[in-house]
Amino acid sequence: MPHEAPADRAERRIGGAALAAAALWFVVAMPSLNAFGTPGSFFHVSDFTLNLFGKFLAYAILALGLDLIWGFTGILSLGHGVFFGLGAYCMGMYLTLGIGGEGVYQSRLPDFMVWNRVKELPLFWEPFHSFLFTSLAAALAPGALAAAFGFLAFRTRVRGVYFAIITQALALCAWLVLNRNEVNLGGTNGLTNFKKILGFALAEASTQRGLYVVTALALCGAYLLCRWIADSRAGKILLAIRDAESRVLYSGYTPANYKAFVFTVSAMLAGVAGALYAPQVGIITPGRIGVLPSIEMVIWVAVGGRGSLIGAVVGAVGVNWARSWLTSSYPDYWLYFLGGAFILVVRFFPDGIVGAARGALRKLRRRARASAGPESPSSRRGEAGGEA
Amino acid sequence: MRRAGMAAIPRGAALGCLAPCVLASVLASGFGLAWEREARAGTFSPEIRAEIAQLESRDGKTRRRAALALAKRLDPKLLPLLLALREGGLYRWRPASGRARIVIGGDALTRGGEERVPLFSIQEKKPLASPDRKPLLAPAGQLAEIRAGRRIRRAIRPYITRLRSAAQLRSADPNARRAAATRLARVGDQTLIPLLDGALKDEAHWLGRHALVEAKALIRLKSPDPGQRRAAAAVLGEIRGLNALSELRRQAKEDAARSAREAAREAVGEIERYLGWTSVLGVLFRGLSLGSILLLMALGLAVVFGLMGVINMAHGELMMLGAYAAFLVQGAFIAHFPENYFGWYFLAALPAAFLASALMGWLMEASIIRHLYGRPLETLLTTWGISLILRQAVRQAFGAQNVDVKSPGWLSGGYHLMVGVQFPYNRLFVIALAALCVAGAYGLLFRTRAGLRIRAVTQNRGMSACLGVRSRRVDAGAFAFGAGLAGLAGAALSQIGNVGPDLGQNYIVDSFMVVVTGGVGKILGTIVAGLGIGGMNKALEPAMGAVFGKVVILALVILFLQRRPEGLFAIRTRGA
Repeated sequence: MPHEAPADRAERRIGGAALAAAALWFVVAMPSLNAFGTPGSFFHVSDFTLNLFGKFLAYAILALGLDLIWGFTGILSLGHGVFFGLGAYCMGMYLTLGIGGEGVYQSRLPDFMVWNRVKELPLFWEPFHSFLFTSLAAALAPGALAAAFGFLAFRTRVRGVYFAIITQALALCAWLVLNRNEVNLGGTNGLTNFKKILGFALAEASTQRGLYVVTALALCGAYLLCRWIADSRAGKILLAIRDAESRVLYSGYTPANYKAFVFTVSAMLAGVAGALYAPQVGIITPGRIGVLPSIEMVIWVAVGGRGSLIGAVVGAVGVNWARSWLTSSYPDYWLYFLGGAFILVVRFFPDGIVGAARGALRKLRRRARASAGPESPSSRRGEAGGEA
Repeated sequence: MRRAGMAAIPRGAALGCLAPCVLASVLASGFGLAWEREARAGTFSPEIRAEIAQLESRDGKTRRRAALALAKRLDPKLLPLLLALREGGLYRWRPASGRARIVIGGDALTRGGEERVPLFSIQEKKPLASPDRKPLLAPAGQLAEIRAGRRIRRAIRPYITRLRSAAQLRSADPNARRAAATRLARVGDQTLIPLLDGALKDEAHWLGRHALVEAKALIRLKSPDPGQRRAAAAVLGEIRGLNALSELRRQAKEDAARSAREAAREAVGEIERYLGWTSVLGVLFRGLSLGSILLLMALGLAVVFGLMGVINMAHGELMMLGAYAAFLVQGAFIAHFPENYFGWYFLAALPAAFLASALMGWLMEASIIRHLYGRPLETLLTTWGISLILRQAVRQAFGAQNVDVKSPGWLSGGYHLMVGVQFPYNRLFVIALAALCVAGAYGLLFRTRAGLRIRAVTQNRGMSACLGVRSRRVDAGAFAFGAGLAGLAGAALSQIGNVGPDLGQNYIVDSFMVVVTGGVGKILGTIVAGLGIGGMNKALEPAMGAVFGKVVILALVILFLQRRPEGLFAIRTRGA
């Protein structure tokens, strides 16, 4: 219907303004309030809160990638914890090596290797002395794994729940493997006790603030990237694959390549998120990447609203915020909340928070239009003109 | 050491508490002056009797010599006497009338003013009866303990150990007989061979015979005669004496005689080859039992998935509910039924587990899942949410720790197929249950009208609905049935694994792999995939550990899907 177009445009304008405001808030206002606000005042953001939100924003980067494959392409991955973990472990290795001789055993080797009686630094640890290599690996290693996995899976048209189950098995395997001491990644305890990143002490508030700003900026970058992909011609094909894969296939496209591509991008985003997560939280363990955390990541996107990108961010921040509140105040009820969220959102709010908000907004506008009355078309024309 | 300190007891009181003993003694000793008769019928040879008499000697050296001579006879009939001697329960009894004799004293009864001691014969320790057919309770004053000093006790101890094992050789329990033979083999005394030969003559159980032959050969292996050693090694190789392996290996290296060394080496080779075979058999069996658990789980999943396209992530939790239902039934049996009925609780637990899980499945279907048909990914997330809630609820109700579900007596132990290969009954039971469930599911799907409807709806929901099949009802029934199968799997699993809130999590991914690999709607596919994945899991475990084995299996499944994607459900939806 032609008159829907201006409404869409208005919506987009409101959304854009809200986005810009949110970006300003997260990138500029929060760190500024943390740095310059007087402690105790209403306008002060504590180091703890900032750090917490740094973690949430890192999760949001991952959620964006997840939304790209699930919301736009219709591929449900239950193994994104693996890609997140790969990125986090890459960064974790760099940070562990940065401890140097300051560990408990005063050894050149990481403490857990001394503990496990490993004499030599394993070969695959060597390149992680370099920050540049680490940053590249944090994105490229998950990307490579996803590309290989996706290529194999999508080529044979493994899809839908089959793909979901196979990725879940991948998460289980990764979790099992990382729990072993033989792989020299810290076993169950993971990598922790980081001291420095690029020479800055991680215990310093200013370092954490810097990391927060980097994370917020990375999130903005990731959003723009995903938006660009979604709005491009390829994005249209992704949507088409989600809605009618066979028709895409019969129209001469190769859905497998598009899927593998978007799966890889999504995994790389997850890797970046992991790399930003590790220094801020200060620990990465297999527990963060198993079956349960991986599927929890999906619920962030579902709660926020899939297929809207912004919903992924809202969901990641919102659910994790609720989590940190509930697990400290009502530790026994967190799983009920999470389980309930899975059930209720899927059943009653398939478009999540953003979808509900959008629906409410649309209803408001319709009501406003109705009260303005159909007898004054000029007003609508004026509105439309204003949009143009 | 037990003291024969005594105080008088009113006779009636003593009798009251001895009622079962009375019966036993009456039965054992018949009528009349039982102890007199027993003394007359004493089957001990005159030499033994003489040695026993020497125990009463005042001279310590004579006593010791007599005790040692008795012990060295290795006569099982002498065991009660020797035990009593060692523990200070052997008395010289001088009755008010009649001859003095040696008896074994039981626990002194100290009630009332007088202390009395129940008496037993030295041969086979039968309770003695007084002339009025009541258990003989002698006043302490009539008894004088025959003391055994530390030296005597130490001298007879090794013989008592042997005698005990020898007595066990005649036990009614075949396992006890076998264990006794193995113990005697470890003692390794050439004088034991006649004893083992005697037992071998009467042993009927093949496994017991094997243990006896093995014990004999093991003892011969230490013989000073190289010819004997060589022959023993040959026998051990032939009968696959697994217990002798380390001994044979040592002999193959160290024996002075070349022929004995070679025989031992040959025997080691033979036993090792045999071990290789039995370990293959063991792997097959363990794989079969894991596979049948997976099969039980995957069967329900596959029916539901094929029918409704619903991936039920809470399936593992339904299994957990079944296990907890078994736990509750066990608790009810302990609380409300006599103890000897306890073994039957598990038979009641099976239907209870099925019903509990089926009810939960029906609730899930009716409240949530039926609103999500045609949206498989959504059902996946919803059921995952349900699984989280169920897990947390169980954790709060029963605690996060594992609960203890005991195996009933008839499921403990195992079936010995051959030497060194034992199949535990509980695992056999699980396999049988899985087979039964497969047969039941097959019968239901292919031999009943309900099954016909399920298959019709699976193939074409719309057309079946047009022809009058109430597809919603079919869905609900099939879902509850699949959930009930999971409950059965849980009850079965409670016999061979831990029961805790996270029980389902350990199996859910594996069972989904079974469904994915097996394809949908084909029971045969599920069976093959379940047994195959279970078997491979166990086959890879010893070589590369449970973790890397699982990784390899995932890789294999992905590669398998490369070759055989037609096993997949995806093909069916292509045109949709």
